[in-house]
Amino acid sequence: MDITRVVSILLSSSIFILVIWLIREGRLREKYSLLWLCTSIVIIGLSVSRHVLETVAIAVGIYYPPSLLFLLGLLFLLLVNIGYGTSISRLSESNHKLTQEIALLKKALEDTDKKRRETDTKA
Amino acid sequence: MKALVIVPAYNEEANLPFVLDDLRQFSGDVLVVNDGSKDATEEIARQLGVACVSHPCNLGIGGTVQTGLLYALRNGYHYAIQFDGDGQHRADQIEKIVAQVERGAADLVIGVRTLPEGYKCGIFRKMGSVLFCFLIRFLTGERVADPTAGFRCYGPAAIKLFSLSYPDDYPEVESIVTASRNGLTIVEVPVVMRQRQSGHSSINRRKSAYYMLKVSLAMCVEAMRKKITWKEV
Repeated sequence: MDITRVVSILLSSSIFILVIWLIREGRLREKYSLLWLCTSIVIIGLSVSRHVLETVAIAVGIYYPPSLLFLLGLLFLLLVNIGYGTSISRLSESNHKLTQEIALLKKALEDTDKKRRETDTKA
Repeated sequence: MKALVIVPAYNEEANLPFVLDDLRQFSGDVLVVNDGSKDATEEIARQLGVACVSHPCNLGIGGTVQTGLLYALRNGYHYAIQFDGDGQHRADQIEKIVAQVERGAADLVIGVRTLPEGYKCGIFRKMGSVLFCFLIRFLTGERVADPTAGFRCYGPAAIKLFSLSYPDDYPEVESIVTASRNGLTIVEVPVVMRQRQSGHSSINRRKSAYYMLKVSLAMCVEAMRKKITWKEV
């Protein structure tokens, strides 16, 4: 077993363990972690067996197999970032609605307060 | 028919007293929507006895106008007028844009800007305006003369539609596409403007390139969007 393989197996397994740990601690939602878990499993698989990596790389026309790992890594990061983009958009949408709702509720509260005070003074 | 003037205000303490004083000649209600201002905008509105709704944080002009429209919708107003807080719009012109909605001739009325001494604007602004007019025409078939004007009157249908969906930043142009695609009648009416009292346009030259790109993209995407099911709401 060469040192590269040991290092890549160690690295990808620690990412896997880190993700599981973060979910357990409640610091990462399962929803967002699925892609991370899948990727670390794929990378573990590819690092365990050089043969698989080489076959897949040659099959898609990549003649330096490790660059397949970079490609996969980049694609994965791209996907995760798009995912973050959609989450942020959704969050800002709900933030937007909440801000408006709070503003309108505050106003409605003030109005009813005022009305009550007026009827109180009349009575 | 109940009418509401919506004054979107972000850090407008310098202009607000003048604007609200001008609005005293208007017979309907006035609502200042304070978009998380860092200055005394809210206090000034209250001191002057004008209804004020305050965002706890800054949303941008689109969200601010939309809050006003939501308020109008929930409080039974028949139409709403967007009236900028920087003093460029004149209260004596409100009647002109409201008339079209009152007669049922339009759902959305846009006040085309004219100045007594002619409306001057920079070359960039003009170029942008031409591009927007062309895009609007291409995407919706609507002929609009002044797509970036912010002096508007929203009829009942427009209030309903825009309270569901209104763009966040730079909403003027995009909302025309939304309105047209959802079957609203848009009418333009010439209005006389005033020169800016204080402060600068929110769009400077550096921002204007971004502004044009963002708005053009948003319009194209808007044209691809499904129609909003607002009639049942």
